[in-house]
Amino acid sequence: MKSRIPVVLLACGSFNPITNMHLRLFEVARDHLHQTGMYQVIGGIISPVNDGYRKQDLVAAHHRVAMARLALQTSDWVQVDPWESEQVQWMETVKVLRHHHSELLRSLPQTEGQDHGRARSVAPTAVPELKLLCGADVLKTFQTPNLWKDAHIQEIVEKFGVVCVSRTGHNPKEYISGSPILRRYQHNIHLVREPVQNELSSTYIRRALSQGHSVKYLLPDAVISYIKDHNLYTRDSSWKGSSTQRNEGKTD
Amino acid sequence: MENSEKTEVVLLACGSFNPITNMHLRLFELAKDYMNETGKYRVIKGIISPVGDAYKKKGLISAHHRVIMAELATKNSEWVEVDTWESLQKEWVETAKVLRHHQEKLEAGSCDHQQDSPMPGKPGQKRKWVEQRQDFSQKKLLEPKPKDVPKVKLLCGADLLESFAVPNLWKSEDITQIVEDYGLICITRAGNDAQKFIYESDALWKHRNNIHLVNEWITNDISSTKIRRALRRGQSIRYLVPDLVQEYIEKHDLYSCESEEKNVGVILAPLQSLINQR
Repeated sequence: MKSRIPVVLLACGSFNPITNMHLRLFEVARDHLHQTGMYQVIGGIISPVNDGYRKQDLVAAHHRVAMARLALQTSDWVQVDPWESEQVQWMETVKVLRHHHSELLRSLPQTEGQDHGRARSVAPTAVPELKLLCGADVLKTFQTPNLWKDAHIQEIVEKFGVVCVSRTGHNPKEYISGSPILRRYQHNIHLVREPVQNELSSTYIRRALSQGHSVKYLLPDAVISYIKDHNLYTRDSSWKGSSTQRNEGKTD
Repeated sequence: MENSEKTEVVLLACGSFNPITNMHLRLFELAKDYMNETGKYRVIKGIISPVGDAYKKKGLISAHHRVIMAELATKNSEWVEVDTWESLQKEWVETAKVLRHHQEKLEAGSCDHQQDSPMPGKPGQKRKWVEQRQDFSQKKLLEPKPKDVPKVKLLCGADLLESFAVPNLWKSEDITQIVEDYGLICITRAGNDAQKFIYESDALWKHRNNIHLVNEWITNDISSTKIRRALRRGQSIRYLVPDLVQEYIEKHDLYSCESEEKNVGVILAPLQSLINQR
């Protein structure tokens, strides 16, 4: 029986705050990859962006990490990794992918290149692949001028791969056919259809909270409690963080 | 408006809840925020009333499981609870009757309520709410003032509102009674369609002040049908239903191709009585 390629899914983003929709991404992506028969998803990583990203209304990274951790308390395969958020400055997604990939390799049992004097008959597919998990809206941003370096886009789709979950109002097939780089590596871009249409977004959550509306059942209870306890996303706190997205155009 | 001048409201949601989903639970949250924000109402309780097995809908699994799942789903809610009266009846009960049952229950337990915090702080308290009020009324010996009795209103999605148009599904006198005596709170994405639907019905139009349309700005398409389909296909339903519900479904292997075939060929209860009359 042909063995499946082990895969770890990495989701980068603001997670400001994390919602049930983010958590769903992992579930539908895993189901999809499993049903291709080619992959075995062995883990998931949520990597909240660094505060240096300076996106409007971005609350402090330690909160966003804590909320993700609470949300993932009941998950047996996805966890949050604060590495990206703890760096001195914002870093490009491809660097986050490289970091986690080398971490993955380091954590493998030491079989490669060691001379044990024994023949190994393990299937050569033991090295896990790290894939970028995202919504179709992120795929669209590849087109935004100066937001991503072309070389980075290529590395992401060539060396790693993308698992892209559909989103209302987006046509990922169109984004792929409109880009030579994406077209070339489209075999490495997995388009996943989410059958349960859900327009839930962190923006919606923040707006609802600032208006004093309930967000119960849109994100885990533990995260809602955390938000209340720390007074996040109230009307007063909505102007934390720079209103100019200075770093957006820069990829260095 | 002072709290004491506001009309207290109990939201009642009838349905299959086969299974209950996060979307069902959201209906309550959206309705409560909306009604409270009008300044005229204070939502004090939410009731989920799963339909009885006698409804004979295709794919409807036993009420026993559906009730338990709803209870698990509302375990962490301070104000929404499950009522089993409808599900325990031998025959199917029309929605108007369920509304009447709950309104009468409230009136029986009610009195001049100067009670503060009808919103219980601890989950354990909510089940004893009605009994507490009954005790209080016996002590007070006051005639219940109709104005002070909380009002039951039917909470639903646009699909239920539009089902009023399905031939023979609802008795016209029931529809009238629902909007005249009780009131409807309808959560909808397509507000214009719902308004048009009300406009095109004389009965609904007459009581349009008693029909509250609440706009849900984001599409949240978590229908029970999709949940059951996902389960049949071995797909994850995590984060679409509360964790406890997902675990319960998994533990009891509730939904399958087989369970979906239940009641195939059987006529839906509301339509059965029609056939008998002819």
